Amino acid sequence: MTDTATTWFIIFALGIGTFVLRFFFIGIIGDRELPAWVLRHLRYTAVAVLPGLVAPLVLWPAATDGQPDPARLAAALVTLTVGYLTKNVIYAILGGAATLYLGLYLVG
Amino acid sequence: MAASTTNSAYWKGFRDGIPFILVVTPFALLFGVVATESGLNLLETMGFSIVVIAGASQFTALQLMNDNAPTLIVILSALAVNLRMAMYSASLTPYVGKAPIWKRAFIAYFMVDQAYAMSIVTYETRPEMSVAARVSYYFGVVTPIVPLWYLFTLVGAMVGQSIPPEMALDFAVPITFIAMIGPMLRTPAHVAAAVVSVALAIGFAWVPYNLGLIIAALGAMVTGAQAELWFARKAGS
Repeated sequence: MTDTATTWFIIFALGIGTFVLRFFFIGIIGDRELPAWVLRHLRYTAVAVLPGLVAPLVLWPAATDGQPDPARLAAALVTLTVGYLTKNVIYAILGGAATLYLGLYLVG
Repeated sequence: MAASTTNSAYWKGFRDGIPFILVVTPFALLFGVVATESGLNLLETMGFSIVVIAGASQFTALQLMNDNAPTLIVILSALAVNLRMAMYSASLTPYVGKAPIWKRAFIAYFMVDQAYAMSIVTYETRPEMSVAARVSYYFGVVTPIVPLWYLFTLVGAMVGQSIPPEMALDFAVPITFIAMIGPMLRTPAHVAAAVVSVALAIGFAWVPYNLGLIIAALGAMVTGAQAELWFARKAGS
């Protein structure tokens, strides 16, 4: 494991770097109008990043050493379906958690 | 009048942020547990959650530190995970870009996935909101989330290994994100973007330093924009 000085260097480098990423557009562009084609792409930011962020975590969970796991796959599917149909984040989470624990109980 | 509008926007945001407590709490707890198990002391663990305040990249950094990766690789990989924040920042700019600079600085510091996702949905569906109301709403959403992020990192760091792996806390993160994706799939163009994002992220998972996610995100944004134009033409013809 990394020594204390290096750990703090990583923490602050990561903290400053992350703030710069978060502040870059909102701070620099501010109230200037963005062209229509830029806005059209920005509308899809969330839906372009989050599914890609999650897909490998669902397919290859670290907790099962990267092996696909039926309980986790089922939980993911239920969460997405409930979220899509109800448009309600909390119902989707509860549905997914219930499926996960049921699946782990049945399979594991 | 203006004060009461921003006040009610704050409390609306606060209420909309409350469900994320269920999500952020286990995530923070998990980070605290994993960080101490990796050998970080209490102060270092809290340092991560307060200075960086971005769970996925904190886990990435921790993982690579455990693997004894070079410091530069640790920092760059964890920052690559956060590149999406630059896209969030750009995406929020048309809505809150006119706010005072110091408020925008605080918006930037608190820019976590949940705050962004909840705010952007609200801004899109309620175009009549003023800039001040949007900013208040945003700070409302982060109010129940961020203090618990700090607190439960601390709890996790203190209880450490006493949480059994059977709790499957690892999957709290994916479930949260998926739950937010469902309601975002409002149009065929959004669905197309999401499908391409998943396909490219899996296809490019081999690319080092998490750059596969950035490739997937850019490809999916272009897909969404092009699909929007295509469906608009089809509807118009």
